[in-house]
Amino acid sequence: MIVVAFVSFSLFNFVGDPVNSMTGEDASDERRAEVREVLGLNDPVYIQFSRFLGNVVQGDFGISYQLKREVSDLIAERMPATLELVFVSAMLAIITGVILGVYTGIHRDSFVSNLILVISLAGVSLPTFIIGIMLIYLFSVILGVLPSFGRGDVTDLGFWTTGFLTISGLKALILPSITLSLFQMTYVIRLVRAEMMEILQTDYIKFAKARGIKNNIVNYKHALKNGMIPVITITGINVGTLIAFSIITETVFQWPGMGSLFINAVYFVDIPIMSAYMIMVAFIFVMINFIVDITYYFIDPRIRLKEETG
Amino acid sequence: MFLRTINKIYDTDIGYSFFNSKIAIISSTIFFIIFLCSAFAELVAPYNPFDPATVSLMDAFIPPIWSEGGTASFILGTDQQGRDMFSTMIYGSRISLIVGFASIIFAMILGVFLGITAGYIGGRYEIVVMRLTDVQLTIPSILMALLVDGIARAIITRSMHDEMAIYVLIFAIGISEWPQFARVSRASTLVEKNKEYVSASRIIGLSNILIMFKHILPNILRPILVIATIGLALAIITESTLSFLGVGVPPTTPSLGTLIRFGNNFLFSGEWWITFFPAIFLIVLALSINLLGDWMRDALNPKLKKR
Repeated sequence: MIVVAFVSFSLFNFVGDPVNSMTGEDASDERRAEVREVLGLNDPVYIQFSRFLGNVVQGDFGISYQLKREVSDLIAERMPATLELVFVSAMLAIITGVILGVYTGIHRDSFVSNLILVISLAGVSLPTFIIGIMLIYLFSVILGVLPSFGRGDVTDLGFWTTGFLTISGLKALILPSITLSLFQMTYVIRLVRAEMMEILQTDYIKFAKARGIKNNIVNYKHALKNGMIPVITITGINVGTLIAFSIITETVFQWPGMGSLFINAVYFVDIPIMSAYMIMVAFIFVMINFIVDITYYFIDPRIRLKEETG
Repeated sequence: MFLRTINKIYDTDIGYSFFNSKIAIISSTIFFIIFLCSAFAELVAPYNPFDPATVSLMDAFIPPIWSEGGTASFILGTDQQGRDMFSTMIYGSRISLIVGFASIIFAMILGVFLGITAGYIGGRYEIVVMRLTDVQLTIPSILMALLVDGIARAIITRSMHDEMAIYVLIFAIGISEWPQFARVSRASTLVEKNKEYVSASRIIGLSNILIMFKHILPNILRPILVIATIGLALAIITESTLSFLGVGVPPTTPSLGTLIRFGNNFLFSGEWWITFFPAIFLIVLALSINLLGDWMRDALNPKLKKR
């Protein structure tokens, strides 16, 4: 985290001259000096860095050069949209991925599983934005059933704007989340399939079957549970990827989230937003790793026992 | 003579597996057709889309030949500026391929250099390099490329930007892909390092640099080539994604991604072909490279053959 903070601070500091982009070409020298003083750019580097850190901890990322607003406000405004999108697609990817993965793992050579695998191969090779465009074309242009951009009507809960509560908000969520989840889904399918195939060979599964436990219970309760550990690890890592890819999805669907904010920041060289985004993403990464570790603890009793005894 | 060379190739391991894999033959053929088309774009493309003399706004939005209103002179239709889609795509794929190849070569040189030196020298240097790759591997490459791109945009002044854009892009994508190379080349170097030929060359007093790059490098090329092939597909997709987002190559020299972005604006008014053909083209290109890489991985890795 501190490394990231330092990198984004140096971004702040050494890359380009914020004064230039704020005041414009024709500002006088006195005006520039004044802006410099206000921004505290005349202090030594280490003071600036500690002030930067202090500000970040308090959630203050400075002022956007381009939009002339508090970055923290902008992020707070945009974050719910992105998190909702990422959350829905992660859920979609995991649930569908696990179900299809288990299915293809059990019915190994059936036509349906081969079909699923072929489609999933396509899902890996297709760039996200092309999937998005194709979905828009199919569902919005040809069929005209789903909206192609924006979030629909959102409900403002004060600190959080949500699209979950209105029909148009939910409808607007469908296409972007499918687009975003497709890549992850194929990943999960392959992983679960491989795990299932391996586990179904083990003795305890054969034993459970011999005991006459129903196939479904064996498959989902005994086998799947043991196959979940790597799945959780990978999904945890991949939520980070989801956030990164949400940049693309948000651009395709004009989704008002952090990703499109970031893209605009890159476009207009808006460094405070870029560094704030970086810090946020790093923070989310760290959080996810933490959550993944905790999930192990709940899912695998072996880890729990090891902790308690040793 | 020619036949003998063919036979000779056929007799090698890799050649044998190549000629026995339909997927490898088909995908490499497709890739080479696309590669040649883009290399000799001037000869293949019926129009030069960047020559204002041949482009007429009157020709804008002509649909492909088989749909209503299409003409034989523009097989795949025209875009919003009256440029022939087919020619624009060929020129676009040239940009995509140039950026893809250049950035993967850049990533390869950087990654292999760091990987071999890390594996050979070891010690604290190795720890630093490997930690760096670990950190970077957790960051999705597209995010990394975007960040580098954004930083570069901030450093370079705006007037210089369009000229520099391609180099920035190559640098950004290259930076985002090097850890793969570093990892693999370090792992292979660790294995090679303890072999007899390395000790022998040490005993006869060859310099470390010579041993690393003249003796170890050729021996670890196989896995690196596999990564490079798969990385090429990734680099092309990353490039088109960045261009699609509008932070890639400048619109004056459109790549496939830029074309898709332009076309995306006309999706709703019914001009589907402007975005559709470049998209298909990109998919075919990426897929053929990917399949080629898959085949290569199997062919060059004898361990997988038994399965």
